[in-house]
Amino acid sequence: MSGYAALVPLPVVVPLLGAALTLLLVDRPGPQRTVSVVGLSASLVVAVVLLVEAYRNGPVVMRVGGWPPTAGIVLVADQLAALMLVVSSAVTLCVLFYSIGQGRGETGESAPLAIYHPTYLVLTAGITNAFLAGDLFNLFVGFEILLAASFVLITLGGTEVRIRTGAMYVVVSILSSMIFLAGTGLVYAATGTLNMAQLAQRLDALPDGVRLSLQLVLLLAFGIKAAVFPLSAWLPDSYPTAPAPVTAVFAGLLTKVGVYAIIRTETLLFPGGDVDGLLMVVAGLTMAVGILGAVAQSDLKRIFSFTLVSHIGYMIFGVALSSVAGLAGAIFYVVHHITIQTTLFLVAGLVEARAGSTDLRRLGGLARAAPLLGLLFFVPAMNLAGIPPFSGFLGKLGLLQAGVAAGGPLPWALVVAGTATSLLTLYAASRVWNIAFWREPPAAVEQPAVRLPKLMVAATAALVGLGLVLTLVAGPLFGVTTDAATDLRARTPYLRAVLPGGAP
Amino acid sequence: MRGTGLTLVLVVVVGVLAGSGVTLLLERSLTRILLGVILLGNGVNVLILLGGRSGGAPVVGAGPVERMSDPLPQAMILTAIVITFGLTAFLLAVAYRSWYLTGDDEVEDDLEDRQVAALAARNELAAPDHGGEGPDDDPEQVDPEPLPRRPGPTP
Repeated sequence: MSGYAALVPLPVVVPLLGAALTLLLVDRPGPQRTVSVVGLSASLVVAVVLLVEAYRNGPVVMRVGGWPPTAGIVLVADQLAALMLVVSSAVTLCVLFYSIGQGRGETGESAPLAIYHPTYLVLTAGITNAFLAGDLFNLFVGFEILLAASFVLITLGGTEVRIRTGAMYVVVSILSSMIFLAGTGLVYAATGTLNMAQLAQRLDALPDGVRLSLQLVLLLAFGIKAAVFPLSAWLPDSYPTAPAPVTAVFAGLLTKVGVYAIIRTETLLFPGGDVDGLLMVVAGLTMAVGILGAVAQSDLKRIFSFTLVSHIGYMIFGVALSSVAGLAGAIFYVVHHITIQTTLFLVAGLVEARAGSTDLRRLGGLARAAPLLGLLFFVPAMNLAGIPPFSGFLGKLGLLQAGVAAGGPLPWALVVAGTATSLLTLYAASRVWNIAFWREPPAAVEQPAVRLPKLMVAATAALVGLGLVLTLVAGPLFGVTTDAATDLRARTPYLRAVLPGGAP
Repeated sequence: MRGTGLTLVLVVVVGVLAGSGVTLLLERSLTRILLGVILLGNGVNVLILLGGRSGGAPVVGAGPVERMSDPLPQAMILTAIVITFGLTAFLLAVAYRSWYLTGDDEVEDDLEDRQVAALAARNELAAPDHGGEGPDDDPEQVDPEPLPRRPGPTP
């Protein structure tokens, strides 16, 4: 076991310890903030180190408690997991600064409570645990940790609206967990193991029908979490009512954990591509229905919720192609989309703080009143729509090229749908720009001249900057995602790292 | 059930628990949904139990290893029970809070969804975009009357 292996549990353990500390410091906001910032910064550093190590020397594996991998829990940081860790740590850190800025700047119902920091840290621990999990049950536990934390965050303050939408979110999430748990039980019954590396070997030997039904049960569970049409209806109703930083981190990360689980199961456990046709149809419908929903909305947060659903379709499309190019494009798109979607929700929070509403009918003239805010909205919005040279364009281009290379009627249909979705996203984004930022403000609405807290603006600007950096380093980043996709398709690096002695 | 693999009774129990659980989940009252979650959770737990070999207590020294039951599903069920317990408590709190705030614990349709549907029925746009000429040079620009954000009394 190399020295790096000892680092693997840290992104889970450090936030959990931080959560315990911040609970103890519940009356003292200052030290609470320090603990949260230090904990998440440490996670980010560890994640970067793990990514470098995984890129150079292959997956880093930690056997918790020294148990053999088939009996105990393994945590695996391969390139995909480490890349997700880096992006999620960076994004959660930025959002943490944003919420600290928000807490300083305002009081009242939307101000974070003392419980916010511990819950937020538990949420990040759940996310990193899901990324690092080397067996299905630990993945389930990771999901449960992040869900339990997200329940608290989405009903923060317990107002009527949040309870109404939160109740639905809780019920839907619990249902998907039940399906996942049942799937886990069925997988265990069929194979006698839950370790993913061992499953990869044993699932191949199962009869086709059994394997397909196991795959569909797991896909159903992950599809609800990833908000894939027709399992996406819960998302646009529940996300917009939460506080801005909470919505931002949910939108950026929680659905992507579902996408990550889909990538993992489709490549490692069920590599045959049996359901590619189904996934492609679903991906196309997710894109189309999501973006048409966004066009019909009149609230900034709801528009972004629908574009979130819509762009999940791109990632599923990449997975469904079952090629290295498609998978590399999907992973790149996940990285890009985590950053951009989080940024847009933070901007929506800034708009709410500046103009008192995110309802388009009450907004106007923001470009003149707050030019910097306009810039902070414009850059990620164009990035999301896929305007060259931004990373959104490069990610979509990579996926569309992979689709064209695959050929056949379904991939071509998806290429057309992807292009149309990109154009409609541009329409939705420019509609927001025209109404909220460009037109004369509605006469009936007086614009409160509040100054935005500097830390909120700085955190949002940092994420906008991160989006631009993704554009600048798109070449090397595509190199890493292609490498990760090659490893995922080959499966051997993962299997050899987890089970060095071969199959027991 | 020592030594007898699958028993039909347990399979039927899983079916009944899951079926009644899903039926209750489809209700609008949070209390019934909660009961549905509990039933469904127990159904899934029994399902996991069926996945492992049955036999004697899995304690070293209590009997021959090959006649022991599989301890792993039992460990998983313990974890799942704890998780379901926590989520149930939270859902109960949400139901209570909902009753406290609104007088009932019903899950309502989304307000914005209903608004969009009503607009679509009247063939209107949610927030019309009257061109992008800029704030000053479009004299015919009409601002729509802002609709009330939510029907009914505002808190």
